Amino acid sequence: MYRIETAGLAELFAAISETQDLFLPLRKADQTNYGLWSEGEPFDLDTLKTVKSAKDCFFPQSEVLYRCKSEDGKLSIDPQKLCDRAFVVFGMRACDVKAVEVLDNVFLSEPVDTFYAARREHGTIVSLACHEPEETCFCANFGIDAAAPGADVETWIIEDSLYWKPLTEKGEALTESLKAVLESTEKETPAEEAEKTVAEEQEAIRKIIEKLPLSHLDLSRFKPEHTMELFDSPLWEELYKPCLACGTCTFVCPTCQCYDIRDFDGGKNGVQRYRCWDSCMYSDFTMMAHGNMRTSQIQRFRQRFMHKLVYYPANYDGLYSCVGCGRCVSKCPASLNIVKVIKKLGGEV
Amino acid sequence: MQELITRAKELLADGTVSRVLGWKKGDMGWDPEPAYFDKEEDLKDFVYNPFCGANLSKYLIAAGKLEGTTLVFLKPCDTYSLNELVKEHRVKREKTYIIGVGCHGTVKAEKVLNAGIKGIEDAAIEGDTLKVKTLYGEKEMPLMDALLERCQVCKGKTHVVFDELIGAEEGEEAGPGELAGNRFAKVEELEALSPKERFAFWQRELSKCIRCNACRNVCPACSCLKCVFDGNQFDSSQKANADTFEEQMFHIIRAYHVAGRCTDCGECSRVCPEGIPLQLLNRKFIKDINTFYGEYQAGADTESRAPLTDFTFEDVEPGIVNERGGGR
Ligand code: SF4
Ligand code: SF4
Ligand code: SF4
Ligand code: SF4
Ligand code: SF4
Repeated sequence: MYRIETAGLAELFAAISETQDLFLPLRKADQTNYGLWSEGEPFDLDTLKTVKSAKDCFFPQSEVLYRCKSEDGKLSIDPQKLCDRAFVVFGMRACDVKAVEVLDNVFLSEPVDTFYAARREHGTIVSLACHEPEETCFCANFGIDAAAPGADVETWIIEDSLYWKPLTEKGEALTESLKAVLESTEKETPAEEAEKTVAEEQEAIRKIIEKLPLSHLDLSRFKPEHTMELFDSPLWEELYKPCLACGTCTFVCPTCQCYDIRDFDGGKNGVQRYRCWDSCMYSDFTMMAHGNMRTSQIQRFRQRFMHKLVYYPANYDGLYSCVGCGRCVSKCPASLNIVKVIKKLGGEV
Repeated sequence: MQELITRAKELLADGTVSRVLGWKKGDMGWDPEPAYFDKEEDLKDFVYNPFCGANLSKYLIAAGKLEGTTLVFLKPCDTYSLNELVKEHRVKREKTYIIGVGCHGTVKAEKVLNAGIKGIEDAAIEGDTLKVKTLYGEKEMPLMDALLERCQVCKGKTHVVFDELIGAEEGEEAGPGELAGNRFAKVEELEALSPKERFAFWQRELSKCIRCNACRNVCPACSCLKCVFDGNQFDSSQKANADTFEEQMFHIIRAYHVAGRCTDCGECSRVCPEGIPLQLLNRKFIKDINTFYGEYQAGADTESRAPLTDFTFEDVEPGIVNERGGGR
């Protein structure tokens, strides 16, 4: 484990971005979102949750798949190059890290999504423990430990120090490549002392998590064997009513994985086929040649929560596809969210 | 608040209304949700406090398709939206029973939370202070710092349409000035910039847009059955920004579509997850309409002809656009 001064972070980031791309939470026009960092740009590690999750780094909101053009009666197809440049995402919280596992299950199983796979292969994740979890956080329900966020390298910011602990091969490699700057900015600390400080921080974080209002939800009813009972519940009628059918909850969510494929017709300049995030809340979600199988908002609303809490776990060994980041809790314009659904359908209220 | 509940119960009991549209207590003190109450006992969860920013008038489009009359609680600014919806034949006035509720401003939860006020249970406004009841005791902050932008420049406390008022008085003045005043100040600031600077301002703001459509879906003026951005024949389909130009296109088209009908209710900027000051686009139109056609407030009544859908010989010539653009 390394311990460096937070004042030296810019130096560390500069060292990373010398050889690879670096994605950091950046503050722009009063909001914090992940973005490609360039030297000298201010970053924001104080905001606990970026508006959008770090999902864009691996699965961007929209990306071109290929371009095609017809010239003199000849059709040419120009496939999009896959990601081939190493990059680092720094500062991901435990919930967002877990969300990558949720995405991996979908995109890395057959048929493998090559665009996603290339980014996963080239990306190294440096996580950051949550010094001050917020009341909208409910990661604890999903076995996520905000005090030990995992990924390739785990970090903690405690007072004016950053503690850096590589966990995987990729993490070791990154650490090795940064050795010079890590050592030059290192504060001499005996290993046990650093371990002890981190352990204390972890204990403090876990104590806060324990006390958060949403940390103890009852998920016991959300099991594959209750699928039909939950699907047919009359409670959806009441739950969905205020929903505006916007896409806020799905677009800020780190685990939502649906996308649509569309063409951008540039006329003489050819056609760009691109994919972009889709939202189950949108009226043309899963629109196919024969029509649409969900024709009302109540069905679309139900899809979002059944997918997170019932269908996904049925397909992936009981793993929920909500990580409790609470973004939908704070951002839904109608103050609806998955917690209200869990409580209501789970029989708590 | 108790008065509102009592009255709603009476109206449900005597059959005047079949349901109540109001706000329901959320999990946190700061997130009440719009809700229907069909039975008297459901009203135990009814809440009306400074966190009830949601304008309920658009829900009446859906409520109008249900059997019977719907009782709705509207704040002063919400009543303009309702009038506009009635004017556009989207809401049936006769199937709506309106209780105008008094308002001292609604707050943005994020601002209160960012001020370090945690464990919120309830809030109330006292003069220019927001008093917040929390798990850790009574907290307070300056009201101005907590208010939604629209409330900082409130149009006034008059309900332009209602069946009865509770906690408010007929023809109540105050409003602009009492809070902050000139809602066009920021628009003027932008007008004073060079085209290049203005472009940079909008690019910085709009490049945050995640195309979630919350601004459109919450907007009482956006009530098309099928929005042009939802059609899959149209290149600017709703779902993504193909490039930085496209996101402007979405917003510019939307601003044109609501021009002359936008009441400046402030819902778009209230709901935007990225905090984009969308009201500025619409206010620019409102300001120009005022300049060229005389003062006009959408939703102030249900009969007058709107400047952009009317013709008079005094109308400005289209050439004004060219002149104002510096003849480029
Ligand atoms: S649940 Fe909320 S955020 Fe999601 S679509 Fe409905 S209104 Fe929008
Ligand atoms: S459903 Fe909501 S809380 Fe769960 S991961 Fe998605 S945004 Fe976060
Ligand atoms: S949900 Fe958990 S991991 Fe995510 S930000 Fe909150 S405390 Fe951290
Ligand atoms: S704009 Fe005025 S009337 Fe509307 S919520 Fe704000 S203070 Fe109340
Ligand atoms: S609400 Fe905000 S982020 Fe969503 S589409 Fe509108 S401007 Fe974009």
